[in-house]
This record gives sequence, C-alpha cells and structure tokens, in this order.
Amino acid sequence: MKLSARWIRDFVDLSVDDRRLAEDLTGVGIAVEGIGGSGADAVFEMEIGTNRPDAMNHYGVAREAAAIYDVGLKPLSGFGLQAAGASDPGAEAPSKYEKTDAALKRCSSTESPVFMITVEEPQLCPRFSARAVKNVKIKPSSEKIAHRLQLIDQRPISNAVDATNYVLWEIGKPTHVFDMDLLEGGRLIIRKAKAGEKLKTLDGVERTLSPEDLVVADAMRPVGLAGVIGGYDTMITDKTKNILIESAWWDPLTVRKTARRHGIHTDASHRFERGADFESTVLSCDLVAALILQSCGGELIGDVVDVVSKKLDQAPVVLRISEVRRILGERMTGGHVFRILKKLGFTPVPEGEEDAEFRVQIPSWRLDVEREIDLIEEVARLHGYDKFENTLPAYSGAVIELPNAAVNKALRTRALALGYNEAVSLTFISNADAERFSSASVLELENPLSEEARVMRTSMVPGMLDMLAWNLNRDVEDVRLFEMGCVYEMRNGERVEPDRACLGATASSLKRSLPVGGALDVSKGESAMAAEVFRAFKGDIESLLATFECGPLNFDRATADYFHPGRSARVLANGSVVAQFGQIAESVKAERKLRQDVFLAEFDLDLLHGFGARKVKIAALPKYPAVERDFSFVFADKVEFEAMRNAVGGLRLNVLRSFVPVEIFRGGSIGAGRYSILLRVKLQSEEGTLRDDQIAAASEKIVMALQGLGGIQRA
Amino acid sequence: MAYTVPKLTDYSPSALEKSAAECIRALSEEASAVHNDAGLKAFRDRWLARKNGILTQINDLWLKGAPKESKRNAGIRVNELKVRIQELVEGAHVSAAGETAAERIDTSLPGIRRPIGAEHPVLRASREMCAVFQRMGYAIAEGPVVETDYYNFEALNFPPNHPARDTQDTLFIAGQQSKPQRERLLLRTHTSPVQIRTMEKLRPPIRIVIPGVVHRNDPPDASHSPMFHQIEGLAVDTDITFGDLKGTLDHAMKEFFGSSVKTSFRPSFFPFTEPSAELFISCIICGGSGKRDSDPCRPCKQTGWIEILGCGMVDPNVFEFVKDNGYDPRKVSGFAFGMGADRIAMLKYGVDDLQLFFHGDVRFLEQWA
Repeated sequence: MKLSARWIRDFVDLSVDDRRLAEDLTGVGIAVEGIGGSGADAVFEMEIGTNRPDAMNHYGVAREAAAIYDVGLKPLSGFGLQAAGASDPGAEAPSKYEKTDAALKRCSSTESPVFMITVEEPQLCPRFSARAVKNVKIKPSSEKIAHRLQLIDQRPISNAVDATNYVLWEIGKPTHVFDMDLLEGGRLIIRKAKAGEKLKTLDGVERTLSPEDLVVADAMRPVGLAGVIGGYDTMITDKTKNILIESAWWDPLTVRKTARRHGIHTDASHRFERGADFESTVLSCDLVAALILQSCGGELIGDVVDVVSKKLDQAPVVLRISEVRRILGERMTGGHVFRILKKLGFTPVPEGEEDAEFRVQIPSWRLDVEREIDLIEEVARLHGYDKFENTLPAYSGAVIELPNAAVNKALRTRALALGYNEAVSLTFISNADAERFSSASVLELENPLSEEARVMRTSMVPGMLDMLAWNLNRDVEDVRLFEMGCVYEMRNGERVEPDRACLGATASSLKRSLPVGGALDVSKGESAMAAEVFRAFKGDIESLLATFECGPLNFDRATADYFHPGRSARVLANGSVVAQFGQIAESVKAERKLRQDVFLAEFDLDLLHGFGARKVKIAALPKYPAVERDFSFVFADKVEFEAMRNAVGGLRLNVLRSFVPVEIFRGGSIGAGRYSILLRVKLQSEEGTLRDDQIAAASEKIVMALQGLGGIQRA
Repeated sequence: MAYTVPKLTDYSPSALEKSAAECIRALSEEASAVHNDAGLKAFRDRWLARKNGILTQINDLWLKGAPKESKRNAGIRVNELKVRIQELVEGAHVSAAGETAAERIDTSLPGIRRPIGAEHPVLRASREMCAVFQRMGYAIAEGPVVETDYYNFEALNFPPNHPARDTQDTLFIAGQQSKPQRERLLLRTHTSPVQIRTMEKLRPPIRIVIPGVVHRNDPPDASHSPMFHQIEGLAVDTDITFGDLKGTLDHAMKEFFGSSVKTSFRPSFFPFTEPSAELFISCIICGGSGKRDSDPCRPCKQTGWIEILGCGMVDPNVFEFVKDNGYDPRKVSGFAFGMGADRIAMLKYGVDDLQLFFHGDVRFLEQWA
C-alpha cells in the first residue's frame, strides 16, 4: 500500500524529513517498508497490520505522526462539521439512533421527499448516510486530484468517481456514488439478496446472488453488493447529471463472506472487513460532496441523511497501571501512560488513588482496541519497544528431552559417517505415486499447488527418487542421500504421521565404496559385480540398524514391487518388517528415466523407536588364541549362504566364533548351476588353547553339516 | 671392502687403540649405509649375532688370542669396545638420506577421502538455534503437521472468518466440509499449534522450542516454498515480561549470529500475541552499514537491518483456551516467538535461493560436509 508523504503532511505540521518520518512511523508499528520518489512526490510503501484499518489512509497515518511528535492534528471538515477524528463520539444526540428509514428532502421541508432510505437489516447495516448532488458535469478530475491518486497507484476515472476514491485514501472510509436518475422508484433498500437475483457489478461481471449476500437495492433490483462493489447499471457515466452518495457502516463478517463468495477483493471490502470508522459516514459523504461540487459543479440537494439503526458498542476499557507493569516489566507511571493514550485520541479518565487505573474511552476509529491488553500494547508501542530494558527470566522448571531425540541423532550421525548427505524433499506427491509406492490411504489436498503435489506423501520413496534423478540429470553420478521425516496416512478414519527414514544411493557411489581387491565374488561378469554392490549397500543398512536394540535380524525377499525382485531384501526384527532395501525395479528406473541403477532403503522408524537405542554390552576379552580353518565347497546355485550359516549355527558349537564366506567363484571348471565358495570359521575356547583333536572334531561337524546341504568339499 | 676382524699380533695399548678405532669407523660407515628395515636387521645381525657376529669374533680373536701379560689390558679394551659397539648398533636407524628414488612417493598427491555426509543446512541451522534455547532451559516439543482448524487458528485467536487468516495462505485437506469448522483438517501454516497442544499437556511454568515443517499455498520461487521450516518458542511463568522477551531473544540472536549483532524490536500484529513485535537484527552481511564496500547491501535492502522473527506476549485470549490447565491469564504471563529456519539458514550461510534446499543436489549439500 502506497501513501504520499506530502498528503500526510496536509494534516500535521512536521519538522522532520521524510526519511526520519518513515523511521519513526515504523518504530510505532506503522511500517514504512521503503520510500519511492522524492520531494513533493515522495511515496511511502506501507505495511499496515490487518488490525489497523484506521492507519490505512493518509489521515490515519498523520494521526500517528501527531502522537509521535506530540503536535496537533488538523481537523477535517466537510461543510463546517467537525472532523470525525476530532469529534467527541459520545456527543451524538441520542435521538439520532434507532431509525431504520429516513427520507432525503429538499431544503424546504414542505417539499416531498426526494429519496427514501430503508434499512431492512439493521444488524448488518447499523448506519447508512447519504447525500445528493444535482446538475453535475462529469469530466476528468483536476490535475491535483489525478496526480495524487496516480502517485499512490490509483487510476483516475472521472471527477465524481475519483472523489470517492480520494476520500477513501484520505480518511479510509469507502463511499459509493450512484447515477441517481438510474435508480428506480426513488428509494434505496438495504436488504438480503433473493436467491438467483442477478447483479452486474462495476467490473463488468454478471453475478448470481445468494440470500446470504447483503445488497443495496432500488425499488426494482440490487444496485450494489454491500461494502464490496457497486452495480454496473447505475454507475456514473459522462451522461450523469444527478448523483447519490452512499456512505455506510457494514457488518465486517457479512462483507467478508460476500467478498469471498464472489471472489472479489476491493479497497472498500478490505476496509469494511477490518472495521471502518463508525463516526465517519456523514463526514465522508460531506467530503465526497464537497469534492464533487468543486470539480463537477452542481448543487447539494437538501441535507445529509443519516440512518442509524444500531449504535456500535464501544464500552470504555479499564486499564490498571499494575497490569501495565506486570506485562511490560517497566515501572511506568500513570502520568506517562495517560499522556501516551491521550496523544493517540483515547480519553483516559483517572480512577483510584495516584492514577492506579484509568477508565479509557476508545475512539470510534479504533475498533481493534477492546481489552486492557490492547491498551497496554498502545502504551508499549508509543513508549518505544527498544527503550524497554532487556532482562532474562528466572526458571525453575525441568527440561525433558523428546524420547527419540538421542536415537535419531545416533542414526543421523551414522548415516553421515557412511557418506550419506542429509536431504529434505517436499512433502507432497502425486496420486499416481501414492498408489505406486504405498498402500496407505491418502490425505488429499483441497487446493493443491499442482497435480504432482495433490496428496501428502505416504512414502518417502518418490521424493528420494526425484532427488536422485535431479542429480543424475546434472551428470552428478555419485549420490548418497538420506532423509528422515514423516509420512501422512489415514488409518481407521484418523490421521497418523508415522516416522520414516529413507536412504538413496546410485550404483556408482556404491561401487566406489567397495574395498580394492576385497571382492567376495571373484567371478567375471555383471552379476558378480551386482552382488558386490548390493553387499556394499546392505552393509550400510546393517550399520544403521545397529543403532537400535533390534536383536537378531532376518532377511527375506518379500519386498515391494518397486524393488528389483532378485536384488532386494526385507529386514525383519522380532517378526516385524523394520526395513526393506535394494536395487530399484527396472520398470521404475525406466518410468523415472534414471540414468543408472539406484538403490533405496526404507526404514520404519516408528517400529525401530519401539526397540530403542542399542545398549552397550561388554564381554571379557578372550584369554586363549583363536584358530581359523578354511573350507572350500561347491554348492548348487539354489543353496544360499543363509542356509549354510543356519546349518553351521545349528550345530551349536561353543567354540565357533565366526563363520564367513571369503571367496565365491562361478564359471571355469565349476560348471553351470553351481558355484564354489570358500568358507572361513574361527574357533576359540574360553577354557584353554584348542588342541588339534578338538579343532578336527569341530571341523568334521562343520563339513558334515555343509555336506548335508548337498555341498561337495573340494580338495 | 667389508670390515673383517683382524687377528692381533701387537697387543700394545696403542695398537689396541688403533684396531678399536678402525672397528668403530667401519661400524659407523655401515650404520650410515642402512636405509631400510631389512638392511637394519642385517646390520644388527652382522655385528651382534651370538654366533659369529663381529662382536663375538672380537671376543674370540682378540681376547682369547692375547698373551698372558697383555690379557688384563686387552680385556679392559675389548670390554670398552663391546659397550661402544652395542651402543652404536642399538642406536643405528634407517637413515633418511639413504632413501632411494624408488622408495620415494609423491606426497603431494591428494589423500583418499572417504565420503562424509553433511547435515542438511536448514536442519543444521534449526538444530543450532534449538540448542541455543536448550541451553537456556527450553525443552523441544513437537506436534502434527496435519492439524485441525482449532489448533492452527481458533485457539490461537484467529476466529472463523477473521481477516488475519488471509495472511496465511492455507492448504486444506479435501473432504472436510461435513465436519464442524474447528475439526476440519489442514496443513499447519505455522508451528504455533504446538503451543496450545503443549499447554494442554503441561502445566506452567513451561519453556519449549518447537522445530517443524509447515506449509502454505505459496508457489515455489527464490524466497517461497509451499513447504518450509519454522522454529517456535514459548515461555510461560508467573512473572514473564516484555523485557524478558527482549532479553531472551537478544541473547539468542547474539549466540546464533555472533556477539556483535544488535537487535531492534518494532511493533507488529499477530492474533496470538499482544503486544506483538518483529525482531530485526543488524545486517550480518554489511554489519549494519547498509553498504558492502561502495555497493548497496542487498540482503538488508540498504537499511542495515534484517527482519528475523515475529514475537510477542501471549495474548490473554490464547490462555483462555487452556485456562483449566493452570493458564489463568490473570496469574500467568508469557511470550512466544516464531522464525523461519530456512530463512535463517539462508542468512547464516549466504544462500540466495530457497529452492536449493529441496533438490537434494549433492553438489550443494556437500558444501556443509
């Protein structure tokens, strides 16, 4: 929102320059974000909080400046009336209120009414003021008016319309002008719209109204959406001769709902939604009329009409100095508080001893001030936030860490140490991806940013694949990423946000991490390399799972279908699937146009959190030396290492310390469908150095167990 | 010609002296020619081996062959020599000067570095900021991302249909129309709902700091993202004042950005705090001058100040929603603050495009390793 510095200075005499004025206004919360132009054309770029509609205009900002510098604010007047800003709202004659209709009459009261105003909805239109001007000439505005409007990015239209716009920007009160001759039946009625009623609005759009819309209607039809926008058919044109000026106070909620329902946001609706000045309806009518008389000629018809069907409730607010001190922490005096409030247009009346409290009358333009705390804020901001002393509070409460904070940190540290960069992806995915990568029931967005971001992620996989693809598409080959976060699901009608972690790595990054010369599978060919790469990834998964007290892990092949069926595994701990990992399926690789094989792992952090962090267990160091024995076997391809481990483990040899594969070879003299494997056992006793006969006995059992799987021992 | 132990015929003291000196000279020469571990071992064996080492030979040849009248003197000499030889042999080491060209490697070649992952810059900044508050006695709190209207708006003093709701472009969950408004689901637009959730669970006094993901209906650009990160804080006790809010945040900013940072508070508006403020810090790029050398400083738009967070005293209306759990606004007071973790990371690390945080581009992320 732009305001002219010169225009602000119309109402207040200031010795400071524009830059200083901008700084000081910002200091009291009337933020000037920037200054454009210079001299008489200097424009302030304003950022006014939604609670301060009173400051969204030049007079309102001048009022704040007057309070800051403690100088007088010049009163506004239409036709010799006092300005709303300077008037005492309590001084209105009580008889003025509780009217729901009134007639605009010619000067002589004997003449018949010119215009009738009837308010059918007094709750929604507590006040409606109007004035009429006849014999005007519609033409462009004067240079001064047009220039000022243009300075603040408003488009001059015609003298009569510009008058309303000028007054809106001057005092913040929206008004409307009708071509009076186009209003039917000599009357305006403020009523609810009828279902299906049509109104073509000023923006040229034909709108269908609902019974919740409040309209200004003539005898025949709606001629304006109350507080939002006027009607096209009754607008001012160059043919207009007689003008009816409307200035009302509309119920903020009604205006907001109507504006939203019709998707219109106008300078008028913006102000009415936030609460306009109840006491400025007559003043604004007068100011608009005065400008019209000045630029369009013509003459007034009779006096202003002011239908006040309900008075706005602005009860005085009690402000206790003790409360000011309790909240602000500064030993402010009653006198200081009194002066600040007075400068801002409040009327504080001291009560109790030594100004212990004030009964504060709230000015009509400050609908945002209703409570004691609102007044405390006024005191604080005028006092100057930076003048308050910085203090630190004492504290006697306990600090409790989140239950999973430590284990999450341990997991993250391991992932970083393994060379995975922590990543953050967006939480939205497409419906198609949700179906492809999970079976959970989704939370769909009402107003998504795009089709690709229609649902909340039910899986971390699509985000990870996108990030891997992003890198590969930029010729970055070695990529390792991990992400910890939530997925979002509906379960039994309730939303849940289970914790997940996801790992992603390109095949080339895994290849790089293979030890030189340390290959287990020394056969030639792609499949041997694939096994090595898979093992490199699996090792990372095992290292990460070792963060948790999972107990023994079991691996099976029942992974989701977006994994390569032969190169992926599920991890089970205590019967629960805690992770699945492996190479991504060829189909997914093709769909996502991934330039190389990638590997993914998904961890169910919720389950893993249930196991807790791995506890440190220490064992005594061995006292006696260990011996190693190697066994070379040939097995059929269908016999996997797991079977051998289980068979040897099943022997329950208490001297067996480890059983690992050392070398695998396919091809050559081994023959198709079989492979050779070199297995190494480590034997050690807690009771003494193993004797040859003990070693031989253990070895024989191991050999027999492996033969039991169909293995043939090689010489 | 390698040294061999000569047979002695002349056992005069001077002749003994001369033979001993020749032996030591030979030993020194051999010692300086040792240039690898194998050579060192051979050298030691040659001189000290029990079977036929030079020392043994000296013993055999010089002492046993000595005439009776010279035996005593020769014994003393040989013993001295033995001690000396042992000292020199033990003290011998692989000589640097003796390295051959073949054993020399190019030590200027780059080291083999195992990849080390980097913490995500936003999460790192967020964790650092949280740690600042944890050191001041704050506990971390969390809450759901998919929230109800009640926690995201109503209980934070955004009444239904209030214009203040317009300032937070909200992403709504579909299919909620049949529910009462306060139960309708949306993506939380700020971490502030966790204030209410925590006050419902814990009685005062409390001090919490809340990191988390939030969403708004903002199309992505260099400074906007539909998903971003916030850090929220809340302190409630019987005597918390506006001065405490200022002091706490001033301290936190100095801890996080450096002790030379200055803070300034300006009035603002948030429905759930009153008085409300925006905290500005002196520009960490230009130091508050508004200029970088002679060029205008862009991050602070030449003002010397950067807006960093919103804060304020907890509005009594907010306490009313949790009054039954000990939060009577007449008895307790508190302050709250909220900041964008992404923005803080951008400032701290000099990142100028918010989108860089969400691509997972390792060329970007590795810079924090």
